[in-house]
Amino acid sequence: MKDIFITPFVDMFAAPDFLLQVLWEGLVSGILYALIALGFVLIFRSSRIFNFAQGIMVVFAALTLVGFHAMGVPAWISVALTLGVMLALAVSIERIVLRPLVGQPDIILFMATIGITLFLIGFGEIIFGGENKVMITEELGIPTDSWVLEPWGGLLILEQKDVTAVIAAAMLVVGLLAFLNYTRMGRAIRALGDDSQAALSVGISLQTIWVLVWFIAGIIALVTGIAWGARAGVSFALEVIAYKALPVLMLGGLESITGAIIGGLMIGMLEKLFEIYWGQPLLGGNTETWFAFVLALIVLLFRPQGLFGEKIIERV
Amino acid sequence: MKDMTEGYVTADGRQIGGVLMEMKDITLRFGGVTAIKDISFDIHEGEIRAIIGPNGAGKSSMLNVISGFYTPQEGQVWYKGAPRPAMKPYEVARMGVARTFQNIALFEGMTVLDNVMTGRLNHMKAGILAQAVWWGKARDEEIENREHVERVIDFLEIQSIRKTPVGRLPYGLKKRVELARALAAEPSLLLLDEPMAGMNVEEKEDMSRFILDVNDEFGTTIALIEHDMGVVMDLSDRVVVMDYGKKIGDGTPDDVRNDQTVIDAYLGVPQE
Repeated sequence: MKDIFITPFVDMFAAPDFLLQVLWEGLVSGILYALIALGFVLIFRSSRIFNFAQGIMVVFAALTLVGFHAMGVPAWISVALTLGVMLALAVSIERIVLRPLVGQPDIILFMATIGITLFLIGFGEIIFGGENKVMITEELGIPTDSWVLEPWGGLLILEQKDVTAVIAAAMLVVGLLAFLNYTRMGRAIRALGDDSQAALSVGISLQTIWVLVWFIAGIIALVTGIAWGARAGVSFALEVIAYKALPVLMLGGLESITGAIIGGLMIGMLEKLFEIYWGQPLLGGNTETWFAFVLALIVLLFRPQGLFGEKIIERV
Repeated sequence: MKDMTEGYVTADGRQIGGVLMEMKDITLRFGGVTAIKDISFDIHEGEIRAIIGPNGAGKSSMLNVISGFYTPQEGQVWYKGAPRPAMKPYEVARMGVARTFQNIALFEGMTVLDNVMTGRLNHMKAGILAQAVWWGKARDEEIENREHVERVIDFLEIQSIRKTPVGRLPYGLKKRVELARALAAEPSLLLLDEPMAGMNVEEKEDMSRFILDVNDEFGTTIALIEHDMGVVMDLSDRVVVMDYGKKIGDGTPDDVRNDQTVIDAYLGVPQE
């Protein structure tokens, strides 16, 4: 009992600088979970499709970017070209996959996104090959130094590329929230998710909005891909971080952007804390693979709609 | 019947304009079932036109044809003097036809204000990029449209609930919000699918008053479907009666009320 309830907290207070470091690491991975969850939420809110392909889109965007640069294209032009590819991807997904399936049950559309995932894995490997690549971090002008701080006479290392990722993610989220809440297109996106029939009756085109949200999801995927790639390299293994978005969504609710962000940060930080202070000393480590899912299950027991999901009101 | 193509004057002395929309020999089938059989009628500018009939007469199907949700197999819809090609619902909406639904189709998760704002979508033209940064034209547009929406909200007396999520509202108010959203679009033709269904007497009176006020104040042309005969007769300038997908009557409320075929359709004919 002492090991569970007392020792970890004593350790935290004994070395607050280390605690900060752990929280920071958790925050950075949490941001990336949140970004992926954001892609999910956006597509779910506008079409009730649970987009399984968001993870592979991250990999695909990152590989495309690195691929263009490897062909000798300057870094920022590669970014522009990659955005073009993501737009083309959004248009093709809408044309080839979604449009013929309009009006089908949600589960069919969900299956279709699994199909997209498998296709992108195969297609990506044919074009880019299966081996690991290095993200073009420096070429994009992202600083790679570290800041060394000394809080309470201790040691706290902040990698500048992580700080950049956090700032970029924050800007993306603020921009997206403003777009959804204050613009015509944003309102149309939210409207379509609520009631597609009513949306049609006020002149919202299903096709245009679907292309738009898949493209935005593509932009989010690219940002995520750059940030994560800068930390861990670019490979298809990156796709598995998409599964971390599932507990984030369970926590945050499928509908809420704020929920996705807070859920992502919470999971990122809590799993790191648990790993360092409980997992490694008591359970032999490697708890990060499952902790998020257990946490999400516990939340679901008490709040089935997640922490921030829209409460289901049914009139009987 | 006298020629009315150039408009006519109603019993209460209102001047009605020329033909806004005309159905020409519309036939609509679902597989083997014929929902609408060879129906023609017109809607004049500025009038309140009702489509009535017993359950299953094809009224809602007719409204869905007008708003582009169904495409008829035969016949054409003429709009503003020209035949309208087959269109998707959102394209019809962009041509100035707004509608409400029998079972209320609102954006439940959004506030009343946001719901009504969606009605303005077709009046906002700023590019996606400008909108993304909410800057310049996009910003001016948003403010201008917001003003219009506030007028509609005032008009329908729903100021007190403008920030409430629609999912929490009672049925009668939802119907009113739906009307507000349709009105916000400044439609040239407003389609109301059973605006009074499921309402109590008081709510029905309110809704009737709003429909009359809308027509009076904005000159909006309104086509509505309604079950409640009393309401229909009081509200509308002219009535189309449908039964089993066919048109069995067309004229002023008084004409229709005294038409033997219509009486038979509603009350039934004793079998010999």
